[in-house]
Amino acid sequence: MNLLSHSVLLAAEGPANAPVVSPDTGAGGVFDLLWLVIGLPLLGAVLLLGVAPFLPASLKAAVDKHGHLVGTAAAVLSFVLSLVLFVSLLGRDAEERQVGQHLWTWFETGQLSVGMDLLYDQLSALFLLLITGVGSLIHVYAIGYMEHDARRRRFFGYLNLFVAAMLTLILSANFVGLFLGWEGVGLASYLLIGFWQHKPSAAAAAKKAFVINRVGDIGLTLAIALMFATFGTTDFGGVSELASQADQGTLNALGLLLLLGACGKSAQVPLQSWLLDAMEGPTPVSALIHAATMVTAGVYLVVRSNFIYELTPLAQTTVVIVATVTLLWGAVIGCAKDDIKKALAGSTMSQIGYMMLAAGLGPVGYPFAIFHLLTHGFFKANMFLGAGSVMHGMNDDVDMRRYGALRKAMPVTFLTFAMGYLAIIGFPLFSGFWSKDRIIETALADNLVIGLLAMLGAGVTGFYMTRLMLMTFFGEKRWAEDVHPHESPRVMTVPLIVLAALSVLGGVLLLGDWIVTWLEPVTGHVEHHEPPLPALVITLMITAVVAIGVAAAWFLVGKREVPREAPQDVSFATRAARADLYGDAINDGVVVRPGAGLVSGLLTLDRGGIDGAVMGGAAAVRGVSSTLRRVQNGFVRSYALSLLGGALLVVLALLAVNLG
Amino acid sequence: MTEYVVLSAILFTIGCVGVLTRRNAIVVFMCVELMLNACNLAFVAFARQHGNLDGQITAFFVMVVAAAEVVIGLAIIMTIFRTRRSASVDDASLLKY
Repeated sequence: MNLLSHSVLLAAEGPANAPVVSPDTGAGGVFDLLWLVIGLPLLGAVLLLGVAPFLPASLKAAVDKHGHLVGTAAAVLSFVLSLVLFVSLLGRDAEERQVGQHLWTWFETGQLSVGMDLLYDQLSALFLLLITGVGSLIHVYAIGYMEHDARRRRFFGYLNLFVAAMLTLILSANFVGLFLGWEGVGLASYLLIGFWQHKPSAAAAAKKAFVINRVGDIGLTLAIALMFATFGTTDFGGVSELASQADQGTLNALGLLLLLGACGKSAQVPLQSWLLDAMEGPTPVSALIHAATMVTAGVYLVVRSNFIYELTPLAQTTVVIVATVTLLWGAVIGCAKDDIKKALAGSTMSQIGYMMLAAGLGPVGYPFAIFHLLTHGFFKANMFLGAGSVMHGMNDDVDMRRYGALRKAMPVTFLTFAMGYLAIIGFPLFSGFWSKDRIIETALADNLVIGLLAMLGAGVTGFYMTRLMLMTFFGEKRWAEDVHPHESPRVMTVPLIVLAALSVLGGVLLLGDWIVTWLEPVTGHVEHHEPPLPALVITLMITAVVAIGVAAAWFLVGKREVPREAPQDVSFATRAARADLYGDAINDGVVVRPGAGLVSGLLTLDRGGIDGAVMGGAAAVRGVSSTLRRVQNGFVRSYALSLLGGALLVVLALLAVNLG
Repeated sequence: MTEYVVLSAILFTIGCVGVLTRRNAIVVFMCVELMLNACNLAFVAFARQHGNLDGQITAFFVMVVAAAEVVIGLAIIMTIFRTRRSASVDDASLLKY
């Protein structure tokens, strides 16, 4: 309860400028190895994807057989290095915890000079640990999960490529480098969603994710271009220093464009529809990319660009609205899905909504956004891997209506999943309790409506997670006939146990407001403010709302028979949620169909108008020529006649001119 | 003077009609000659009226050209007649065969 008494809300006072980023590039020591954190997984990817296919057949077979060890070793070594770096960073004074490394000048044209610069500060340190740590666990898990897949080497190559790109995103010291990583993770995501490309649905989902992400990327690209045009630099240091001198319109545009980028990557409304389809990928991919790391890149972008958002209340408000809509949107979808991975995907969308909400609240929210991002990384990766373990035992069936009573068949999976479940609904003292609680408190202090909606979202979270839990692990057996569930091998359960422990204990980061103090040099200092209600009351309210959600699930799902086929005579709300709240239909109606109409209109114009004029002219010439051709009939006398006619014409013309 | 020009016009017209209406290549040829000589007559008549030699010189040129034309033209007609057994200009309408 010590933590609760410290629950003092923080609120920004006046237009506080965010701290200027000024990394110390001469730190030396272990920090000179910063590049190696990216280098190791990149090397793994190069070896597994670039070198292996060109090896002689016998050697290639060996790599195919043991390639996963190379990939896992790269991730684990990268994690160890991140840990060493983190400890070294802890050892430095609070003011000196921004370390930079200049690798080389990437390109230089005119006034634009972009360096391959790395920035290691308090924010990237936490991300580094999350990505390499959770990443390593998922690599280990995937060894078991992908054991019977013929293309396992390639899978681990893609995973390493993803980790390298994600680390580039996090460690880059300028927006161009960040964009490189941003596109890299997009590529890896595309490759991994479509990993089982023999399934048309997987290939389509990969394309969908890629295309929708491009929409967001346009926003980020334009923001970078605008930054260069306004500030003449894209370095975090330069932009954070000059941001306050830019005019309000530019700052608003920058904030909104960056938000568009974040929406694409983090599956926020209106660019959310790709995430549910992305579940076509192998489950370790869903856990690593579409739950723990890549989809949180949008939150990172907003928090990292705090020096811009601090100056543009308009963009901040937009972030909050988008986030609130998304957290409810995802939660509602999660309530109706029977596919266990899609239910979790809806939940991911909703939880990222919470992070974005916190990030939109300014310096008071940034630490909690990152805090929730970390705890969510633990418990959602845990649950996705748990879902993968269940699928592994159920012959890759994902329909929860054919699960039931799995807690006895898979005790380890059940217990670890339960830890994640308790964490996500915010059961007291579990990690999600601390992180979500703080976000809702902060939201309440900022705006009552937003705060209450966030609280409602917590209740819905309690409902859909309990429903998922009950349908999967409790109730009657509804298994298909030839299914014999069994516990997964140790290589899969050990990562589950580690992640479950982290899900339980993640709250320690908040002990003594550690994470707030730790991130303060990045996110800016704010004055402490008393909340509208005592923190304890708010906490109790949230817990009560969650309890109502859980109880509702118990009465609606737990106490009743779960039909093996999804009932069709359901309310409109259920039908809408099953159809992803018509996200695809909206995209189709608003973008796809008008676009197709425009294209077919242009095509008609091109064929009828432009081609018509050109082809029509040619046809006219051709028609006249074929008529004139008949004059050349070979009869000398007709030639003579035309000669005479011509001569007469000339004479007549001459006469007309001379006499006229 | 007028008589000469009228005669020249009549001769030219006869030649012209002959070229357009007759089928026999020899006759067509002769009509062409008739037209040329009608022209010559006009040249000479006008030269005399103007009192200079321009027209007469031109008439000589025309005669030279006509002579050369006869040489080539008759040769062609001979060749056509040998291959087709006919001197009709209409029969020679498909020169490529």
